[in-house]
Amino acid sequence: MEKLSGGDMLIRALHDEGVEIIFGYPGGAALHIYDAIFNQDKVDHVLVRHEQAATHAADGYARATGKPGVVLVTSGPGATNAITGIATAFMDSIPMVVISGQVTRDAIGSDAFQETDMIGVSRPVVKHSFMVQKAEDIPGIVKQAFHIAVTGRPGPVVIDIPKDVTDPGEKYPYEYPETIKIRSYNPPTKGHSGQIKKAVEILMNARKPVIYSGGGVIQGEGATLLTELAKTLEFPVTNTLMGLGAYPATDKQFLGMLGMHGTYEANMAMHESDVILAIGARFDDRVTNSDVSKFCPDATILHIDIDPASISKTVTAHVPIVGPVEPVLKEMIDQVKASNQKVDKEALDAWWQKIDHWRERQCLAVTPAEGDIIKPQEAVQALYEATNGQAYITSDVGQHQMFAAQYYHFDLPRRWINSGGLGTMGFGLPAAMGVQLAFPDATVACVTGEGSIQMNIQELATCKQCALPIKILNLNNEALGMVKQWQDMQYGGRHSASTYADSLPDFVALAESYGHTGIRIEKRSELQEKMNVAMAMKDKLVFIDVAVDQNEHVYPMAIKGGAMSEMFLSKTERT
Amino acid sequence: MRRIVSVLMENQPGALSRVVGLFSQRNYNINSLTVAPTEDPTLSRLTLTTVGDDRKIEQIIKHLNKVVDVAKLVDLTEGSHIERELMLIKVKATGAQRAEVKRICDIFRGDVVDVSPTMYTIQLTGTSEKLDGFIQALAGTTILEVARTGVSGIARGEKILTL
Ligand SMILES: Cc1ncc(C[n+]2csc(CCOP(=O)(O)OP(=O)(O)O)c2C)c(N)n1
Ligand SMILES: [Mg+2]
Repeated sequence: MEKLSGGDMLIRALHDEGVEIIFGYPGGAALHIYDAIFNQDKVDHVLVRHEQAATHAADGYARATGKPGVVLVTSGPGATNAITGIATAFMDSIPMVVISGQVTRDAIGSDAFQETDMIGVSRPVVKHSFMVQKAEDIPGIVKQAFHIAVTGRPGPVVIDIPKDVTDPGEKYPYEYPETIKIRSYNPPTKGHSGQIKKAVEILMNARKPVIYSGGGVIQGEGATLLTELAKTLEFPVTNTLMGLGAYPATDKQFLGMLGMHGTYEANMAMHESDVILAIGARFDDRVTNSDVSKFCPDATILHIDIDPASISKTVTAHVPIVGPVEPVLKEMIDQVKASNQKVDKEALDAWWQKIDHWRERQCLAVTPAEGDIIKPQEAVQALYEATNGQAYITSDVGQHQMFAAQYYHFDLPRRWINSGGLGTMGFGLPAAMGVQLAFPDATVACVTGEGSIQMNIQELATCKQCALPIKILNLNNEALGMVKQWQDMQYGGRHSASTYADSLPDFVALAESYGHTGIRIEKRSELQEKMNVAMAMKDKLVFIDVAVDQNEHVYPMAIKGGAMSEMFLSKTERT
Repeated sequence: MRRIVSVLMENQPGALSRVVGLFSQRNYNINSLTVAPTEDPTLSRLTLTTVGDDRKIEQIIKHLNKVVDVAKLVDLTEGSHIERELMLIKVKATGAQRAEVKRICDIFRGDVVDVSPTMYTIQLTGTSEKLDGFIQALAGTTILEVARTGVSGIARGEKILTL
């Protein structure tokens, strides 16, 4: 058998696992591993400029491809810097493997230089973690780590490796296991047919149904099946922020996003529905609007999820179905097609009429600002136009994120990439790097705000080094807009620590100083044309800094503590 | 409602902290906790007592099941079961108190396992309720130190918790 050092084993194991790219940042405890990377050419390494960005880049790669993202960081500060990105991936159930260097085995526990208890620090935000005790264990642990990261409800897995375990001087027999069985870990592989049957019966008798689907449908590769099910039943569909793209947004059965900034029609339909089919969604408080006792009072809830702990956590499911989305939806479609019951056509027509009536409210209509001022929504619309709705869009967190979700209509899964669960500012640009590296020829745009972009702005250098032609759309409202909006609505307009107009950088000059192209757009009349120009620069990173209306709020907005039907529709209207 | 949950998990470093961490992370409480390897040294059995309504307990069970190191678990309080806890208690025993302490100890079927001129160390086994009762019965004396193991338990009859 071939003999390899721990460091070589690790990189070989990654290659044998099918890993093509890792995102990382070197340091003392990881140097043996970095040397192993240098000595091979099968696994690419992308040097980021901050470990948080490595995790977000791996995360973006994973979301766009469905393959696990891989990260390599050093011990101590390298490891702790990675935590935010690990937590981001954890909250959104993204498959990721994070390898952290650790001080040598004999130094562990001695407060050695750059020692942090990574297993302990990361514990609440990982699906699982491993501390490698000896080099011979590396292939097996890598195999287990990837298996755990991608199966069941996916999530990040940490492998902490003491430096001496990767010592190039000590070699051990290497063999990568082909299969793996972990006796204490057996995620479900199919749903319970009896439960599916029960659900189908309720669906066939529904008069005011809604399909509410979340990120699980995208993660579980269920988008096509979801569409087939919805088309077969002719039921309306709404997606969560995480689920956008699972159902084609331009289809007439789509109601838009639901929840805190969801559309009027989606939230009204949920509230008045008699049957909700929840698929890979978790009744998050941004959907249910905190007081669950008021949530959809008349609805019978059918809930498909791979994670039993997501079912009946906040809202009780009448028919729980534990299982992966794909086989469950397949079986459900078969049962629907074979059913001798028929959906009450008249009831469904009446329901659609009601929905169309809600749609007439046109809750997302944009009223142009006075003068030549650009509304942030218009900037997203211009991006949609310029990219034919075909781009991969990453976003940061804030108003711009909601505008992107509302105004960029995703027809395909894995195109909308945002931090929904943790809401991590600084996610957008590094995530876009991961996407662009996965799909070098695709159009990748990062919709951001001047607040968020500054949280990982250093990655402009990584983009330069890797020649990544990302388009950054900065909706520059010169404020932490979402914070300011809450302060307007709930704190009497007292803008505590949410503005900084006097100290913003010149983003065009900044982008240029990193060797990229910058464009500033200030006039509505020039918006589309300049946007088109920017998007046409296929091989360049273009930083598009758009001055937008600083007083804009995101609407609709759920009224705190209310039912789903209670929303503000503008600064002056509410339901 | 008080529940006794027994967990079979991998006897591996980190496993215990993952289970315990879950409780603080999700704001569940642990009243007692015992853990030791089983007849199969690669498996540990952990037994904990917690309180919560049905919804909370359901969540606790589901989340425990999600911990990768957890192989199997059972809520013993769902069926008939045997519950035991062991207590070592040091009680001041001088003068008239000496006989009184011994008498209470006998009533509770405790064993005096260590003696000094001024105190007794008593060992008592039983349900937590019984141990609480013993401490209450000793109210008139001076309790110097209490060491309780926490609850261990097993289902009655044919039901077994095994892989
Ligand atoms: C790391 C982090 N810190 C703080 C917040 C809280 N927060 C949410 S939105 C927001 C403002 C974002 O400002 P900007 O990026 O300019 O977006 P805008 O809302 O103005 O579009 C803040 C501070 C967060 N989500 N993430
Ligand atoms: Mg802003």
